[in-house]
Amino acid sequence: MTSEIVLILAQDGLVNGAIYALLALALILVFTVTRVIYVPQGEFVTYGALTFAALQRGYVPGVVLFLIITGLIAAAMEIRRATLQSSPSRSLFSASLYAGYPLVLGMTLYYITGAPKSVAMQVLVTLAIVAPLGPILWRIVFQPMATANVLVLLIAAVALHLVLTGVGLLAFGPDGARTEPLLDVGVNFGVISIPAQSIATIAASLMLIVMLFWAFTFTLRGKALRATAVNSVGARLVGVRPEMSATVCFLLAGLVGAVSGVLISAITTIYYDTGLLIALKGFIGAIIGALVSYPLGAIGAIAVGLIESFSSFWASAFKEALLFGLIIPVLLWLSVTRPMKDEHE
Amino acid sequence: MKIAVRLGSWLAAALLIGLGGLYMPDFYVTLLNYIGLYALVALGLVVLTGVSGITSFGQAAFVGVGAYTTTVVTVNLGLSPWLGLGAGLIVSFVLALLLGMITLRLSGHYLPLGTICWSVSLYYVFGNMSELGGQLGIGGIPPIEIFDWTLDTGRSMYCLIWICTLSAMLLTDNVLRSRIGRAMRALKYNGEMAESFGVNAARMKLFVFIYAAVLAALSGWLYAHLLRFVNPTPFGITMSIEYLFMAVVGGSGYVWGALLGSAVITILKEVLQDILPSLLGRTGNFEIIAFGALIIVLLQVNRDKGFGLLFELFEWKPWRVEAAGKLSKPARAQSAGPLLSVRGVTRTFGGLIAVNNVTFDVTRGSIVAVIGPNGAGKSTLFSLLTRLLDLSGGHVLFEGNQVDHIARHELVRRGISRSYQHVRLLPDRTVLENVMLGGHARTDRGPFAAAIGLKSEQELQLQAEAERQLSRLGLDAVRGELAGNLSLGQQRLVEIARALASSPTLLLLDEPAAGLRHSEKESLARLLAELRSDGMTILLVEHDMRFVMGLADNIVVLNFGMMLAEGRPREVRSNPAVLEAYLGGVPR
Repeated sequence: MTSEIVLILAQDGLVNGAIYALLALALILVFTVTRVIYVPQGEFVTYGALTFAALQRGYVPGVVLFLIITGLIAAAMEIRRATLQSSPSRSLFSASLYAGYPLVLGMTLYYITGAPKSVAMQVLVTLAIVAPLGPILWRIVFQPMATANVLVLLIAAVALHLVLTGVGLLAFGPDGARTEPLLDVGVNFGVISIPAQSIATIAASLMLIVMLFWAFTFTLRGKALRATAVNSVGARLVGVRPEMSATVCFLLAGLVGAVSGVLISAITTIYYDTGLLIALKGFIGAIIGALVSYPLGAIGAIAVGLIESFSSFWASAFKEALLFGLIIPVLLWLSVTRPMKDEHE
Repeated sequence: MKIAVRLGSWLAAALLIGLGGLYMPDFYVTLLNYIGLYALVALGLVVLTGVSGITSFGQAAFVGVGAYTTTVVTVNLGLSPWLGLGAGLIVSFVLALLLGMITLRLSGHYLPLGTICWSVSLYYVFGNMSELGGQLGIGGIPPIEIFDWTLDTGRSMYCLIWICTLSAMLLTDNVLRSRIGRAMRALKYNGEMAESFGVNAARMKLFVFIYAAVLAALSGWLYAHLLRFVNPTPFGITMSIEYLFMAVVGGSGYVWGALLGSAVITILKEVLQDILPSLLGRTGNFEIIAFGALIIVLLQVNRDKGFGLLFELFEWKPWRVEAAGKLSKPARAQSAGPLLSVRGVTRTFGGLIAVNNVTFDVTRGSIVAVIGPNGAGKSTLFSLLTRLLDLSGGHVLFEGNQVDHIARHELVRRGISRSYQHVRLLPDRTVLENVMLGGHARTDRGPFAAAIGLKSEQELQLQAEAERQLSRLGLDAVRGELAGNLSLGQQRLVEIARALASSPTLLLLDEPAAGLRHSEKESLARLLAELRSDGMTILLVEHDMRFVMGLADNIVVLNFGMMLAEGRPREVRSNPAVLEAYLGGVPR
């Protein structure tokens, strides 16, 4: 193996690792705030990638319809709750938002603008379609059982993953898609030329990580999220609404997923069912961070990317087998360092 | 009566399925073959997830292990399918042992994530080994032969599949109704409580995990010889998820749930695969949308109970038993000197000293109370004595032997039993079953004995013992009630009955009077005095001064983790330091 190959593999690994790090971050965020092990996060990546690809090819993907339908279901659930409340104004406001936003977005896209022409608008529209699915799906699936234990929530998350995979097949079809790179130039670094897209991916992921970190440390909303993560009852007592925290956190996760999708779609071909594998790679990173530590999770995810790219060189057929087998020593290490606890939350 | 219902349902099921095999058209035979195969895997998950509370997304991988092992044995090595079965069971056993030892120690949510990861890993191993035919799969697997009979049709395999499935269900049902089943349920409810009644949690979890894996491997063996062809697809993560869904739909904790769940999911899949393509105008595995939605709705309606509510109607209500003999008292070595000696016991949390150099003795046949204001370290001391926490210093002697580092599940075997301040009874099991759990360590009927009905006399003796403790505490009338339906006062008594069922030498009671009404406190005090006159030694942690003063022979007062005073109630009551701690100063 020459040094050039090492550099190319390392670059590949870093780019993928950066995306896995974004995922790991979103997974840790969702888990700490709501205790949901968010398996469907991978579908947000595929939805982001495939929506972006559809817009590039000049048509509005069927996932907009899915957004509208789920928005209406969420709104109906809010209205039903409003009828049980003495002061229903907040529920009615949520209901109008859940129903109104997807309808307005959908009408605009289908009947007025069509798929946008400029790349920047395509990215924005992708985010505008995919990210709101986060809070909407939370409202439909997880909010009604917010008090269930981690394992029940996990089973629900896996069920949601199945639904989203099936809907992905309906909305995008069975064919894979790969998008035009956002930046189609290379930067020369001595012997090899690194595509600007790779640098942009790493930069974007770093930026998002820093932004999340900043938001969590210095803003009131971020502090509220952290408070909910530490103790949701306590947070409620000092005036933080756990539901608000969950909404924000699923919106952030949806946004991060969609951005990852836009970034990754130029690097690798994405199919409607690629999401689970991507999410699992993020999970391995997150597990290395023990599902609580952001920096450790990010480092773990980057390690996953590097291992993936080097193992694809040495034993390409067994790349995935090796990568997922890797979790076993990690779990062994965790099981030695972290004593067994009962799971009764 | 109930036993007749049980027997009848098994016979009816066997008869129905047997007749079905004779007269049904091929299509239904095939469908039922799959239902049987899936039910076998789902049965493992019922025990694993529904009863013991361990979630696995990796069962399809174990099915794959069973299927591929027999393929290698029969196709690549040209040996008999029966050797393939043996090899498959051994390989899955060893694999489950290794994976279980690594992952079962982890707290709740890592385990399912871990199972997802290694099952994906195994899937890629199946798909990429050229010896196993890669993604294309491998054919030419020989049919199973029983003497001269070759099982080369779906209909002939039908018999073998259903014999395996129904007998696995029956054996499992026997285990779930035994002492082992009670231990598993206790484990799901609260591992710590299960351990304090002598359940070796780590070993029990490993056993259940291996059992589920072996059932899955058996299903894989049948599958391979039914289809005579294997490829990696049916052993992937999606199928693992479907297996878990079957167990969830069928309801947690009932063997019939495995059958119901696999039937519902398999038939639904068949129907949806028929309808959906014409409805949506294209083909694809769209049934997963319906599955996912169904599961989400089900979870929202009743969490992970599924259709289990249906089976609850047919649940076992205990009938009285006539045991041939009494459960023997455990033989324990007695020593001279105090029963329990607490010597310089200290516990620190970081810089905080919660319990500081506490020393006292508990003499045989006495009631000793540990009292103190809030935050005095009473609960910490209690946790130290019951091995929930490790000591930072000092030691604890019981019958002259050091007991401060033994395993938690060993304590009850030495003769130390406890109750909980926050009641820890299995709310959806009967009072009788809860009390029988207390006798877990006095009995030794293992899963295999229970499965085939050996040593059933011991179970009867244990039930008789539990009933004896219940009537001693005046709980006869509620023995068949679900523990969760009792009042707090009654639940506390059940806790004590459960502790007594272990035939302890020393009874540790954690705030037994908390939350009781005045009259309930009085009868509790009478009961404890009665136990003492029968020779029981009792150590209790209590808040209520009046309750303790009239009852205890000796009182230990803690304040800020230190021993403030020790002595007879009268002495303690007039001790100025105690008065100061409780009343904040003595008027001079």
